[in-house]
Amino acid sequence: MSEQTHKAVPYRTFILIWVALLTLTLTTVAVSRIDLGALNIWAALLIASLKSSLVIFVFMHLRQESKLFKLGLTAMLVILAVFIGLTFTDVLYR
Amino acid sequence: MTIEHRDDTGARFGMWLFLYTEVILFSGLFILYAISLSKFPEQFSAASHKLNIYFGTVNTLVLLTSSLTFALAVSAIQMGRKKQCLRFCWATIGLAVVFLINKYFEWSAEIAHGIYPGSETLAEMGPGITSFFNLYYLTTGLHGLHVLIGATLIAVVAVLTVKDRVTSDRYTLLENSALYWHLVDLVWIFVFPLYYLIL
Repeated sequence: MSEQTHKAVPYRTFILIWVALLTLTLTTVAVSRIDLGALNIWAALLIASLKSSLVIFVFMHLRQESKLFKLGLTAMLVILAVFIGLTFTDVLYR
Repeated sequence: MTIEHRDDTGARFGMWLFLYTEVILFSGLFILYAISLSKFPEQFSAASHKLNIYFGTVNTLVLLTSSLTFALAVSAIQMGRKKQCLRFCWATIGLAVVFLINKYFEWSAEIAHGIYPGSETLAEMGPGITSFFNLYYLTTGLHGLHVLIGATLIAVVAVLTVKDRVTSDRYTLLENSALYWHLVDLVWIFVFPLYYLIL
């Protein structure tokens, strides 16, 4: 039983992560208003991925979970990358 | 004394597996988006400018804050603070409602401008802008449905907490609802820059 429950994450940690998420949101809005050409979309995706990892690791407690959970996430991301990659080998070389 | 069989870790892992299928569901729409964007870059930019960036930004802040309040609800129940946990649940539902009200006004304004799937105004604007808005309505609609389901789930869990069916040593249901709610937030984290912020 003891391995099944997590220690409660202090409120402070969550509030700090929330502040980081708000800051990143304002950053992504600010960056999107500067013309960087094709880099704009990559900057947006980079910031979105950064925000996602904060949500996944802290808000969703993945940090505290066992290796199995992290392996699951990795497997899903690999499948997603294959999914997207294979689609684009078709779309880009048509 | 009854012997109870429960596997909290297993229940959480099951929830994660379900969330992966949700990610795959949404990623189908994101792939369609990426293909259309590479086909119609200028039209996507023009279409994105028609969206109201303020609605998008405010809704992002609302949803991120609701994720915070529900994460806090989980911590509260773990520390045995039932009253606080409930307050955080109601706050989360309140923010979800604010999100949906914003969405209602946003969609109403766009529909009033004749922008909706199958409209003539959209047909005149050409295939690029049409595919942007079709994907926009489909993605934000499916996301909005998830917000609605998530908020309902949180309401159910809050009632169970009031009835002491969710307690400080039995809160997997609350935790799993939190996982679902954070996924809704995750999807929006990608929807927002891709639809609202193309220059």
